[in-house]
Amino acid sequence: MLTARTENQHRSQKTPALGLRLLLFAGLSILILVIDHRENYLDAVHRAIDVTIHPLRVIVDAPVAMWHWLGETSAGRNELRLENSRLKAERLLTHARLQRYSALEAENTRLRAMLEARTRVRDEVRVAGIMSVSANPFRHDLVIDKGLNDGVYDGQAMIDADGVVGQVIETGLFSAQAVLISDPDHALPVEINRNGLRTIAVGTGEFDRLDLPFLPNNADVRQGDLLVTSGLGGAFPAGYPVAIIDNVTRIPQEPFAAVSAKPAAKLNQVREIMLIWSIADEDVPETPE
Amino acid sequence: MTQDRASRRLPVVACIIAALMLAIAPMPDWASPFRPDWVALTLIYWAMILPRTYSVGTAWIVGILLDVAQGSLLGQHAVALCFVAYIAVKFHLQFRVFPVSQMTATVFAILAFYQFILFWVNGVAGVNAPAVAYWGPVITGTLIWPLLTLFFGSVRYRARP
Repeated sequence: MLTARTENQHRSQKTPALGLRLLLFAGLSILILVIDHRENYLDAVHRAIDVTIHPLRVIVDAPVAMWHWLGETSAGRNELRLENSRLKAERLLTHARLQRYSALEAENTRLRAMLEARTRVRDEVRVAGIMSVSANPFRHDLVIDKGLNDGVYDGQAMIDADGVVGQVIETGLFSAQAVLISDPDHALPVEINRNGLRTIAVGTGEFDRLDLPFLPNNADVRQGDLLVTSGLGGAFPAGYPVAIIDNVTRIPQEPFAAVSAKPAAKLNQVREIMLIWSIADEDVPETPE
Repeated sequence: MTQDRASRRLPVVACIIAALMLAIAPMPDWASPFRPDWVALTLIYWAMILPRTYSVGTAWIVGILLDVAQGSLLGQHAVALCFVAYIAVKFHLQFRVFPVSQMTATVFAILAFYQFILFWVNGVAGVNAPAVAYWGPVITGTLIWPLLTLFFGSVRYRARP
């Protein structure tokens, strides 16, 4: 009885104001939308709410993480031995390649010193896991398990073993959201590794295709050319592989050729990515060991 | 009295949290455009059943949480869910007596309206998304509605003292 009466009181107090409440909350949302879109005053609010949301992400991620963990722990001895020997062989190969690389880097440093160019940047790389949490339905993005606490910042570049994956767009305390290079709203300054021709690679919304809409018909571009980051946008350090040109169609009556490329990174299969911290180096060691 | 109210709220709050979790649960790439709008569906149901407890204010708070969880523009889902809750509360007496088929059709219309607001905000903010990202959730949400009402109904009767 008592509850029924209070409910009725509530009704008489609240129901007439329903339209007013809609107006109030919708207006507030639109105000927040405008502020969030134009300025970044709301970053602190964003982060505070993000921390409260974080447990949900952890719970959602848990079954998949558990599954992976189970797979790892229950792998048979034979499997592990095989994997171990494969990894050893791989490590040997990578090491061999690195030897040449360090010699090249030393030579490059010397040459740059001769030219008195000071554009050397040292990159620090750290591994981050991808949480099995899907995020914005309107974007190609992913959530990583490192955040402000680990020094992640907005606009930070991410790569995987094969190439550029994307960049961080929203940093929470313990996790961050990143947009992939295949997102239709993402554009990446690149250059063709063969001849240094600079252009922009735009995402298409498909994981296995980037468009290069600004290459003129007479541009020197061929199928199989490797695109690397040019470092011009400032977000990505120069020289990381992005994609390989897989189709060049020159249309005589159009000003630009239709060029598409296949991303080097496996955008929809990554489990782990690497975050890059670019450190502008003042004293580059003359001979790295 | 307050404890009684808290115990009655718990199942509904659990439903809303579960909906938020389903909204960020991982799905294969081909299926992700067809993720039902779990949060919108949950709010339609509970705003219709308990319009004095769950209404525009609840929808706004849940919407802000959803915005942060999905990393969309802050306020986007909040404004859309406010309108959804408004419709559900405004017409809750009619909705309660609708047969399932008619209610499902109504849910289709509400979800389409919800996606339209999201589309409109995306358009103003300059976010490009394929059309299926808008239509997919409306279709799957409508299809799942009859099952969802059965589930929520059982929650509701079990939660009743």
